[in-house]
Amino acid sequence: MSDALQFKTTESPSATRAAPSHRRVAVLGGVYSNYLALEEAIKDARRRNVEAIYCLGDLGAFGPHPDRVFPILIDNDVQVVRGNYDDSIGRGLPDCQCGYTDPRDNHFAAVSYRYTYQQTNERWRPWLAGLPTELRMKIGESRVLLCHGSPRKTNEFLWESTTSTQFLERLCRDHDADVILATHTGIKWRRDLDDDRLFVNVGVLGRPENDGRTNVWYAILEAPSHRTTNEYKHLATESAKRQSATSFANNANDVPQPTERGSHEVLKHGTDKYAVSQPAKGIHVEFVPVSYDHERLAAEMRSEGLPSEFADTILSGHWTTCLEILPGKERRRGRF
Amino acid sequence: MPTSDRSNSCGNPVSLEVLQTNAPRVALAALDTLWFQVGGTICNLRCHHCFISCSPENDKFRFLSLDTCVGYLEESRALGVKEYYFTGGEPFANPEMCDILERTLEFGPATVLTNATLFRDAILDRLQFIDNASIYSLELRVSLDGYSAEMNDPIRGEGTFDRAMDGVRKLAARGFLPILTIARTWDGPDDDVLAAFVKLLRENGYQRPRLKILPLLKLGAEVNRSGGYGAGDFVTHTMMREYDQSRLVCSAARLVTDQGVWVCPILLDSPDAKMGDSLADALRAYPLRHAACYTCWQYGAICSNVASAATASTDA
Repeated sequence: MSDALQFKTTESPSATRAAPSHRRVAVLGGVYSNYLALEEAIKDARRRNVEAIYCLGDLGAFGPHPDRVFPILIDNDVQVVRGNYDDSIGRGLPDCQCGYTDPRDNHFAAVSYRYTYQQTNERWRPWLAGLPTELRMKIGESRVLLCHGSPRKTNEFLWESTTSTQFLERLCRDHDADVILATHTGIKWRRDLDDDRLFVNVGVLGRPENDGRTNVWYAILEAPSHRTTNEYKHLATESAKRQSATSFANNANDVPQPTERGSHEVLKHGTDKYAVSQPAKGIHVEFVPVSYDHERLAAEMRSEGLPSEFADTILSGHWTTCLEILPGKERRRGRF
Repeated sequence: MPTSDRSNSCGNPVSLEVLQTNAPRVALAALDTLWFQVGGTICNLRCHHCFISCSPENDKFRFLSLDTCVGYLEESRALGVKEYYFTGGEPFANPEMCDILERTLEFGPATVLTNATLFRDAILDRLQFIDNASIYSLELRVSLDGYSAEMNDPIRGEGTFDRAMDGVRKLAARGFLPILTIARTWDGPDDDVLAAFVKLLRENGYQRPRLKILPLLKLGAEVNRSGGYGAGDFVTHTMMREYDQSRLVCSAARLVTDQGVWVCPILLDSPDAKMGDSLADALRAYPLRHAACYTCWQYGAICSNVASAATASTDA
């Protein structure tokens, strides 16, 4: 395992710059070379009147034509955090630093890394290596830290089922943040913390999240407003309608449900209860599904000679590789 | 795997005494993982490779009570502990084990290291209920040291293969995805052994087997089976240069026993590995002065859940 894993996000020069302040932002997770989903997500975010778009890194991997992602991010003024993949490609390291230990996971990770490294033009490497490992902003009065895996380690996996609430609260304390935004695992989730603090894993654009649906996800965060509970209920209902319009099957039982925290969440198939939610106070988080031409992506993956297992994931919505990193609870939700 | 170099910076040999008194110290970067010696050293089995010689008669360490566990869970909250592990002895020999797990899953994710031979239906019903009720994961790590009775039972005891496989079948039938942990008792490459395990588990209804190979720790009963550490098996300052300390259990974990807090689960039989009575007492650095630290240095992360070997069902 490379020492590069240990790079500390607090060393980033971005931490010393004045943090921009926003009311409403879009935050994108790992892109994994899925430029088609990236284009759709940015268009969708613009339609929703976000003030800024951020991306939490891992621009390459898994998908075809890695060079197509960079101009889209730059042309749309997307602020990007360096993920472990970007660090490896940018600095010419021998592997992606995902930290797999399983031989099968490592085999596919090596195939993916070799392809992405070879297909990334040399001119992008300094840009990737120069991306900040941490960004800071404010949403309303909240201090927001944007990172890839965790604020302390770029390739740390923070899964919903294996990350305690007090651990996230410690991260907030240690890193002077009210809100921490991360990606890296590939599956979105959120947790309300003490003192109105918040952790959000924004999910990824690169591949579906192992639930049998082909869409991918990003997150919109908005500063507290004077919205009433009924308005949030309306938002949740609208979000449910939007999800129904995407490619996956609708379930007649999908309805917004009140929760113990006084928020309203969209309960869908018993898994995606996060589409719209509002903590008792604080920032409003919406997870947004993104449909894109996944069949075209799969066809391009095949024509590039990438493993059929990768294309199968895009077409089926079930992970076929990188399975051993999944905790039992998350893995049970998938097919493999 | 790193290689060792037992010489000082001038390249001269260093005596064992100097190594032990001047051992490199590992700071606790953060208390991410809290272990509980919940089964003490009491086990219904008496495996020949057990590094703390657990058996039905070994009560050097006794069961942890629910009250004791809750006390440490409460203390762990302020320290920001990320996850909890339970070991023994056999954890499910402890009559309060399910209650302890239920309370633990209010604090964070839990992993239990078990021999899977004590899974009565009532226990499995309760585990299923506890797992379903929590946002956190309940992982079960099942020890099995062979893909046949002929391979397993000489190490773990007569009849243990059939009993453990019965436990695995029951867990799989209830939707659990247990992690099979296999002590590396064979010579040569792992591939054929792993393939045989995968075949066995799928034939027994476990379609998505998760496997983890563990290195042997040459302590306790294992000393009689295959011999202990050599005189030079210690970690030196040279070996720690440019070494990622986060690979070591003691950089991010501590162990609760019925007699206080130890530095790690492996050094339970070492009195000097006791660090105090509370977690607050146990946050200081610890020297890598034991021969077993050498195994940890070699392999890293040997106690965590990350699978070291597995074959996914998609290639079947």
